[in-house]
Amino acid sequence: MSTTAPQLPNGFVVVVKHECATCQMVEPVLAALAASGAPLTIYTQDDPAFPASVDHTHDADLSVSWHHNIETVPTLMVIENGTETERTVGWSQSEWQRITGISTLGADLPAMRPGCGSMSVDPDRVDALRAAFTDSPVISRQIEFSSAEDEFEAMYARGWTDGLPVIPPTRERVLRMLTGTTRHPQDVVAIAPPDLVELTVEKIAVNAVMAGCLPEYMPWVIAALEAVCNDQFNMHGVLATTMPVGPVIICNGPGTRAIGMNSGINAFGQGNRANNTIGRAVQLTIRNVGGGRPGEVDRATHGNPGKISFCFAEDEENSPFTSLATERGVPAGKNAVTVFAGEGPRCVVDQLARTPEELTTSLAACLLTVHHPKLIIGFDAILTLSPDHGRVYAEAGWSREKLLAEIAERTLRPGADLVRGAHGMAEGAPLHLRDSMLPKFRPGGLLLTYAGGGAGLFSSIVAGWANGAIGSDPVTRVVGS
Amino acid sequence: MATGLTILDPTSESNPTTRQLLARPSDISGHTIALLDISKPRGNVFLDRLEELLTERGAKVKRYAKPTFTKPAPVDLRHEIATQCTLVIEALAD
Repeated sequence: MSTTAPQLPNGFVVVVKHECATCQMVEPVLAALAASGAPLTIYTQDDPAFPASVDHTHDADLSVSWHHNIETVPTLMVIENGTETERTVGWSQSEWQRITGISTLGADLPAMRPGCGSMSVDPDRVDALRAAFTDSPVISRQIEFSSAEDEFEAMYARGWTDGLPVIPPTRERVLRMLTGTTRHPQDVVAIAPPDLVELTVEKIAVNAVMAGCLPEYMPWVIAALEAVCNDQFNMHGVLATTMPVGPVIICNGPGTRAIGMNSGINAFGQGNRANNTIGRAVQLTIRNVGGGRPGEVDRATHGNPGKISFCFAEDEENSPFTSLATERGVPAGKNAVTVFAGEGPRCVVDQLARTPEELTTSLAACLLTVHHPKLIIGFDAILTLSPDHGRVYAEAGWSREKLLAEIAERTLRPGADLVRGAHGMAEGAPLHLRDSMLPKFRPGGLLLTYAGGGAGLFSSIVAGWANGAIGSDPVTRVVGS
Repeated sequence: MATGLTILDPTSESNPTTRQLLARPSDISGHTIALLDISKPRGNVFLDRLEELLTERGAKVKRYAKPTFTKPAPVDLRHEIATQCTLVIEALAD
């Protein structure tokens, strides 16, 4: 199979297939064109005997059709000095007459008939053709299973899955995945922990196939991996910690809607392909390329089910607040991911509060319990308001800044209640803080987001891991192309 | 044997080098021993006691600490230990 385009002969070139009724209809036209003495080359895609009345060449491997971007049959082209100068698709009497210069050509045929799809763009064939004809620098080692091996079992056996089945990353599928990004397959996106190996776009694509991604998710997966593989997010520590955290991926921007992400009913849950496979692709990449596996570098005591995938979009269109990405400096209209080292979500129930003050007091009371009611400042959290709770703030005209300031005020407590030993609990803040008023969260340590279904007076809290330089900081990255 | 599906390797394809452990020293006297605190709470309690015991046995002890237990030891720190000491003990704690 050649990756260079076959040269077309000078003169008229027509591509047809027998299955196409329009191609059958123009067979007498092709015969007339041949009889005129004009240089004519006909390629047939399916039936090597068609069209029987004129000489033709069988484009058996579809290399002519693929390389010359034939999308419709019949296609009539003019080649001069090796270069295409004219093209018409389907049957247009006036176009064929103009291009050939034969004013009576097909005079007995209808003025116009649309053509049919070229076999070279048949969805069942296009991936194999791309793999055969694309000179793509995909360099991963090829692994051939034996015919006796079930490929799904074989991938389990090699330790490449998260416990769920993965899609076999054939070359065809990986090349299709790579169509989702403009980046070169050998571009190094990051240094992947814990093994500190160069992470290429190609290896991300292989794992994105396994995770079940569509090609249009690739820029999001790449951005999320850029966001976790750095000293600030500290993916190595997020893996190695005994705490139950993994990368929580919050997606912002119009692209979340373009790729069909869920920011509504069950936004954190199952059922949406983009939400569930983007996060999974990130985790599979860390596992397979970085070498971060549970029981090895991943030492989590319990872990959490979100370590398979925890990825959602903010409902920016309905949110009464500026988006998380905007808050974190991303220009409006840009797509971005924010990664947060977080555990599973917990629900805050308040079905009775009707004023923002009442609701904020409830939220604050629940936020105080993050990891332990007496532990402060060292852990960040995500607070996700639902539409029903968000409406209380929208109606009162509270901004993001106002709400966060009110929560900060309500989560400030005397050190005497928080120090070690207070209230019969050994855990707590160091004794020297006894006489201070102490905040629950560090400045900026509470990430406000908005998502969820339209019914339910609930919000959600995702608690974080050790924050700042000793642990992990949230990281935001703009999504590229 | 008939062949089945061919896929692309999802791993880094790297082959880690295996290194043989150095022989255990028969005597620690005269050695300079690094005690590396990974900066977990109370690691110092364990290392203080070790330092006492090692010093009693004629070893010279040098103390080091990682900036944070959540990240690998910086290259400079590892280099410093490797050039200044002959043995190292790392303390995990809590």
